[in-house]
Amino acid sequence: MLHILRQIARTGIKTDPAPAADHALAVADRLQADVLKTLGRALTIRHVDAGSCNGCELEIHALGNPYYNIEGLGIRFVASPRHADLLLVTGPVSKHMAIALQRTYDATPDPKLVVAVGDCGCTGGIFGESYASLGRVGNVIPVDVEIPGCPPTPTALLQGILAAITARPPVTASAHER
Amino acid sequence: MDLSRLGLAAAALPSGVPARRCPVDSIGLLTACRVMWEQGGRLVALWACDDRDRDRGYQINVVLQDGDGLTLLEHSLQTSESTYPDLAVVFPAANRMQRAAFDLVGIASEAEDQRPWVWQASWPIDCFPLRRDFEASPNWQPGQEEYPFVRVEGDGVHEIPVGPVHAGTIEPGHFRFQVVGEKVLRLEERLSFVHKGIEKRFEAMDAATGHRLAGRISGDSTVAYAWSYVQALEAIAGTALPPRALWLRALVLERERIANHLGDLGYLGNDGGFAFGLAQFSRLKEHVLRTNSIAFAHRLAMDYVVPGGVARDLAPAAAAAMRDECTMLEREIGTLKHIYDEHEGLQDRFRSCGIVTPALAAKLGLTGLAGRASGQAHDLRCDFGCAPYDALDVRRAAAVAGDVAARVAVRFDEAIESLRLVRAIIDAMPDGDIDVPVAEPPAFRKGLGYVEGWRGPVLVGLECGPEGTIRRCHPHDPSWSNWPVLEHAVIGNIVPDFPLINKSFNLTYSGHDL
Repeated sequence: MLHILRQIARTGIKTDPAPAADHALAVADRLQADVLKTLGRALTIRHVDAGSCNGCELEIHALGNPYYNIEGLGIRFVASPRHADLLLVTGPVSKHMAIALQRTYDATPDPKLVVAVGDCGCTGGIFGESYASLGRVGNVIPVDVEIPGCPPTPTALLQGILAAITARPPVTASAHER
Repeated sequence: MDLSRLGLAAAALPSGVPARRCPVDSIGLLTACRVMWEQGGRLVALWACDDRDRDRGYQINVVLQDGDGLTLLEHSLQTSESTYPDLAVVFPAANRMQRAAFDLVGIASEAEDQRPWVWQASWPIDCFPLRRDFEASPNWQPGQEEYPFVRVEGDGVHEIPVGPVHAGTIEPGHFRFQVVGEKVLRLEERLSFVHKGIEKRFEAMDAATGHRLAGRISGDSTVAYAWSYVQALEAIAGTALPPRALWLRALVLERERIANHLGDLGYLGNDGGFAFGLAQFSRLKEHVLRTNSIAFAHRLAMDYVVPGGVARDLAPAAAAAMRDECTMLEREIGTLKHIYDEHEGLQDRFRSCGIVTPALAAKLGLTGLAGRASGQAHDLRCDFGCAPYDALDVRRAAAVAGDVAARVAVRFDEAIESLRLVRAIIDAMPDGDIDVPVAEPPAFRKGLGYVEGWRGPVLVGLECGPEGTIRRCHPHDPSWSNWPVLEHAVIGNIVPDFPLINKSFNLTYSGHDL
């Protein structure tokens, strides 16, 4: 126990200041005002790998490390879409994951946000569209924010997630119905 | 293995490791596999090709490994009705590879198990994507198949389906548990959810750019895949690499190993109920990735390995930062290993959990890191010692207990050894060029790349087409061999230990599903 406490004390606090939201990443104004009114900045995220190479997942994991400390910002990853406010989706969406992704989206209570992650999630990336790939996440479910990068850095991920949940001027409430 | 004793003639095969190719008929294929097995050889990969455009029908490619190197057995089938012997009777891991070969090329083995493996009803079952005359239709919709899982019957037995969307930030796949109470009687995996047509995609790329796709087969092994791919390409093209390029590749490969081992050691602590471990190891991993970002312009070093060499030289300041980082990491890992070792609660979770005995590991062909934790003492860096590893005297990690604790111990040992290697590589790095031009590879020539990634050996089988195109590329992850063993490792364990056991293997979905 003493070793553990000593290591904690020796390590100190490593957390970097959080980056600002990057509103340029937003692609839709869907439900923004609703979500903010309901949630403030206490947000729960359900991650869905819809066909990724796992590169994006490594950087999503990094959000939890002491340097980025995403939980310190009030944001938590949850185990079920039924507990989630935001879906963080990596792709390209493989055909084999399309139904699972749609069901996960349907299981997420309204109001909900969707953030597409990585070049593949935003455009289909190097895999594109094929007999096995449906390409970008937006081809399957509505997307609010797109975070490009291969993979996006944890900082870029934070900027995108914060863009989805912080008000940007001018706030519009035009609901983009599916 | 002496093939001439079997009446088989072998020819040299371009590869980064000693390799030969050998045409076989169906009897020769099965006999060569049996003799290889009896002499301690292993199955590395199996895949099929459509060679009808060259009047050669279809071809089954089987790669075996023994102490002499790799042997590629090539078996031609004249029509799609022809079958080839079930190799799973010798090498159990062949089962899923044979099923995948059928789903993609439409060539069946004689095995009893003909369930689909890659196919999931998203394209017609009589269309085979890797046939050369395959044309995808925009009308094909994502489908859902009824996969015939094997069910256990009996009093109190029930079934737990999990996935494809899992409860953590991990890749998708389906696990079907048959349990009684909390005890697992049987686990059956259903993978291929992230099949995104990688092998077909390769065929639309030039050989000179294929490394970018190879580096995105499994993001955590981007260096291993890219290196394996370019190794095959350079062997086909007859490119002699400048020594400095090879040393720089080894440097990023070892750093990939360190980063992944640190990440896994953190998550294994976390899955054992020790969140402190995750906080500490994820901090150390982040340090490694940030240094990568400075040295290689990418946190995971994607696109750093390129045909003919590497993308940029190592700046003296980055080399100095890495040396300092090695000292820091050795100290920190030492401290954390001591904390893990003396933490009774954690050790209680690790020990005797998810056991794969050395005998079972040998029988099922467990490979790579997990293999080394179950007495399978193979590591390409030691076994064939290609440059620069022949000059580095790599110490192979080894354990025999085959439980989670052993897989944790192997990670600790390998992380420490890779830190030694990083320092040795930086200190002994030869001067000179970091890349050379790669000539256009001759058409219809095959080559193999084989690199010891952090998870295990990564194979790339490459055949070039005319004018620098890719005719066929089959990347093969060690997970093909290890996924089926995970099903055995959990038998008799309790359901709540599955995440820990699964994590201790940490197999790839994307690299397997392709």
